[in-house]
This record gives sequence, C-alpha cells and structure tokens, in this order.
Amino acid sequence: MKKRVVLTFPKESIEEPITYHLIRDYELMVNILSAKVSPNEEGKMVVEISGQKEMLHNGIDYLKKLGVTSEALAQDVIWDEQRCIHCTACIPLCPSHALSVDRSKMLVSFNSDRCIVCGLCLKACPYHAIEIRF
Amino acid sequence: MPKTIAEINERIKKGDAVVVTAEEIIDLVDKKGVAQVTRDVDVVTTATFGPMCSSGFYFNFGHSRPRIRAQKIWLNNIPAYGGLAAVDAYLGATELSEDDPTNTIYPGAFKYGGAHVIEDLVAGKDVRLKAISYGTDCYPKKEIETIINLNDMNEAVLFNPRNAYQNYNVGVNLSDKVIYTYMGVLQPRMGNANYSSAGQLSPLLNDPLYLTIGIGTRIFLGGGIGYVVWQGTQHNPCALRGENKVPKRGAGTLAVMGDLKQMSPNWLKGVSMTGYGVSMAVGIGIPIPILNEEICQFTAVRDEAIYAPVVDYSSTYPQREPDVLAEVNYSQLKKGSIVVNGKQIPTGGLSSYAKAREIAEILKEWIRKGDFLLTEKVASLPSVDSGISLKALKEKAL
Repeated sequence: MKKRVVLTFPKESIEEPITYHLIRDYELMVNILSAKVSPNEEGKMVVEISGQKEMLHNGIDYLKKLGVTSEALAQDVIWDEQRCIHCTACIPLCPSHALSVDRSKMLVSFNSDRCIVCGLCLKACPYHAIEIRF
Repeated sequence: MPKTIAEINERIKKGDAVVVTAEEIIDLVDKKGVAQVTRDVDVVTTATFGPMCSSGFYFNFGHSRPRIRAQKIWLNNIPAYGGLAAVDAYLGATELSEDDPTNTIYPGAFKYGGAHVIEDLVAGKDVRLKAISYGTDCYPKKEIETIINLNDMNEAVLFNPRNAYQNYNVGVNLSDKVIYTYMGVLQPRMGNANYSSAGQLSPLLNDPLYLTIGIGTRIFLGGGIGYVVWQGTQHNPCALRGENKVPKRGAGTLAVMGDLKQMSPNWLKGVSMTGYGVSMAVGIGIPIPILNEEICQFTAVRDEAIYAPVVDYSSTYPQREPDVLAEVNYSQLKKGSIVVNGKQIPTGGLSSYAKAREIAEILKEWIRKGDFLLTEKVASLPSVDSGISLKALKEKAL
C-alpha cells in the first residue's frame, strides 16, 4: 500500500527522528518529496509512504501520538479549471509533471496524484487558478 | 482575379463566404497551392489572448446632484485618471491601489488592480465609486462615494494604446537567483524560458506588412466588437525581419478600442504577475481578407518560420543592452523545450494558444453567420518603408 501525505508537526516534535522510526519500527519505505523543518516553527513534510497495510496504519497512529497530523496530499492543491486560461506559464516550473500540457490541444491539466505540493506553481500563475490549502 | 472587400462582404451577407482560421489555412495552402486557395478562401481569422499591459477603459459616470467635477476618482479603491472633463475618467489596467504593498514584501502578489476592476465590471459586478474635487460655483460637491456598475455608466470604452504585439522576446534568467518579471517567474541559470505570442495564429504575424490590418479594421475585442484605431505605442515596423518578411523581434503594435459593455470576463482577465504588477489578458481576433496571393501566402505562415529572440531578463533587459542569446521558433517553444548555449530549457507560455484558437473559431462563426462584416482600412499603419526607429530616452543634465 502506498500513500502520499502532508505531515504537519508542532514545534515540540521537531526533534523527533520520525522518518527513522517509520522505517525501522514499521518497515515502511519513506520517500521525502519536500520538507520544511526549522527550529521553533511548525514543520511540514510531504512524503510518500509505502509498506504493508497494517504497518502503514500503525505508523500513522504513531505519528498521531506525537501530535503530527497527516492529510492526504490531493486535497491540498486546488487547480481551478474555470480560472485557468491554459497559458502554460506553470508548466516548466512543475518538478513532478503534475501540471502538464496536451501539446496538440495546448490545454493544461492537473494530476493531483503526481503533485508534491512544492508551491512553485502558485507564484507562476497570473490568474489565481492554483491554490494550496494547508 | 483579385477580390475586393466589398465582394467578400456580399458573400458574407449571403452566407456564402469561405472562412478558415490562420491554422487551417496552412494545410490548405500545402495541399492545394496558394493560387487555388486564394480563389477558394475569402477570410482568414487570426487571434491572440495574452497579457497586454497597455490597456484600460475610459468612462463617464453621470452627474450627481449637486454636481461634482471629480478631480480624483477611484473604482474599488483603484485610482482612475480624472484630468478630463467633469465625470470622465480613464482607468488603466496596471493601476494599483495607493495602499498596495507592491514589492515591499518581495515578491509582491499584486492581487487586485485596474484590470481586475475591468474584469469585475464586465462580469456585471457592482464596484465602489469614490471621487473628490475642489468645489466650484458650477460644481459645488466635493466628495462622493457610491456603488456603480457598467450599466449605470453613460459610456464605457476599452481603449488600449498598445496591444497585439507583432512578436516578442523569450525571457530567460542567467543569474543565480529567481527573478520576478513581466515575463513571469524566471528560474536561475536558465531554468525556464517564457514566451508570449500566439505565433502562427497571431494577427500581425499573419499580415506582417500591414497590407490589410490598418486604421478602421473591425475586430473581435474582449468578446465584443472593436476597431483598430491607430498604430500602437512603440510600433516599430523597421525591426529585423526574415526573408519571409516576418519580424524576428518585437515590431508592430496596435491601438484598439471598443464598447466595454459588449465585452465578457472570458476575454478580459486580470493578471497578477508575482513581483511585477498587474496586467490584463485581452482577447483579440482580427479577420484578414484574402484579396490576393501575397496576402494568402502571408497567412499561411507556420510556427517553424516565426523566430523570436531569447533575452536575459536578469541583466541584459533591465540594463537595456541589445544582446540576444539565441533565436528560436514557435514550433520549438510550443513543443515545450528550446536549446540555448547547449542547454535544454523547458518553456512556458504567457499567451494562451488554446484561447487564441477559441477566438479564431468564434470570429469565423460570426463571419460565416453574416453577423460580422469586414471593413476597408481608412489609412495604413506605418510599415517597413516608414523609416521609424524606436527612440530610447536620453537623460539630460538639468
């Protein structure tokens, strides 16, 4: 089983080596897609976690006990198709090709499964067509 | 036998005109040859939809009782220029409110400006009108604050001094840090390259010598009907051109106007360029009457034959240096990557090709249905024989 989640940690949990525990104690494969962890601040990490279903649940429970919340990634980035004019300004900035263009139609589309919530597209979109909701 | 615009209009009225887009004409000319297509096709529709900063609208908002001269005017807190007759004003697309943080928190977001007011108005929304003035004997009122919408205004006229640029730079960033420009967010060390033209669909790239597009040409403007009223500002017809006469640099521009009340928020959209400012995406469609083989050949231009200069926006552009890093064509740009100095760079557009296509199709339908007749230009735009050269500003000692 595989899950892409946004982990939000309170500043008290910053010191906790959570990826180490997820890997060692729960035999999970943890792929860090993006992370912002700095002292005395709330931390954010976008990870892809895969492993056995039960272990994955247990791992997420372990995080919960530490006060680390996990949210499914797809809910966080909203692409508003009505506001998008398909200019393609976002395309070269998207590192995971979540935003892509059908080159024959020159129409932009968004695949939330591929999105790693890096936020680069936000500043690039002149039409407020992309929003990140944490 | 050359055709005339009057003859084409007769066919449009009867519903017999043959109209194709500037994309469709390419294959037609390939298959049938220019002589045959010139006989067969009456009109080619061209279009573009991208940010055009030099845009805005003038309006007359009616006299209050008692009257106010309205020296300074704001719509939704965005200042409009009031140095005209009483209750006339001009709102520019790039105008910001006086309390906009601009780039004090860098890069600024520029969420709402003149263009967004225009988008709101054409969407039918109410906006706040504020005006102040010194009192006079004939205009005693000194301040007014009220709500107004497009229907309440006597006139509301989109008037854009520089639109529809005939070709444009491709922006890259040679420096080591991200830069925020009117060409979008440019990543360091040429991480991306942004272009802004519809290429083979773009109006002035299909009539490179302005043979049919001139003062008085009726056009699709922002979803309504407008006109070309002059050459645009910075009109530079003598820019470098290829053998096909198509400019390889920014060249001609158009000043356009039309009734804002006919327009739609689908085709006039506020643009927020992070770290740069506000602009407005304007939809423009221009019909080209196929009067002779030369005009037909010009409209058959394809992306591969239209070249744009790649320019560094970290140093060359701001310092007004002339250097061009490379020339690339719109086929490469639209496929998603170009090569500059041996490096492959992903490309992004600012002008929407998909929306330009939609406009070319809409204009085609208008003409086919007989709703839109072509006009004869009343005067030509300055062309390659004009001797125009763009003047730079020389700072003189005071």
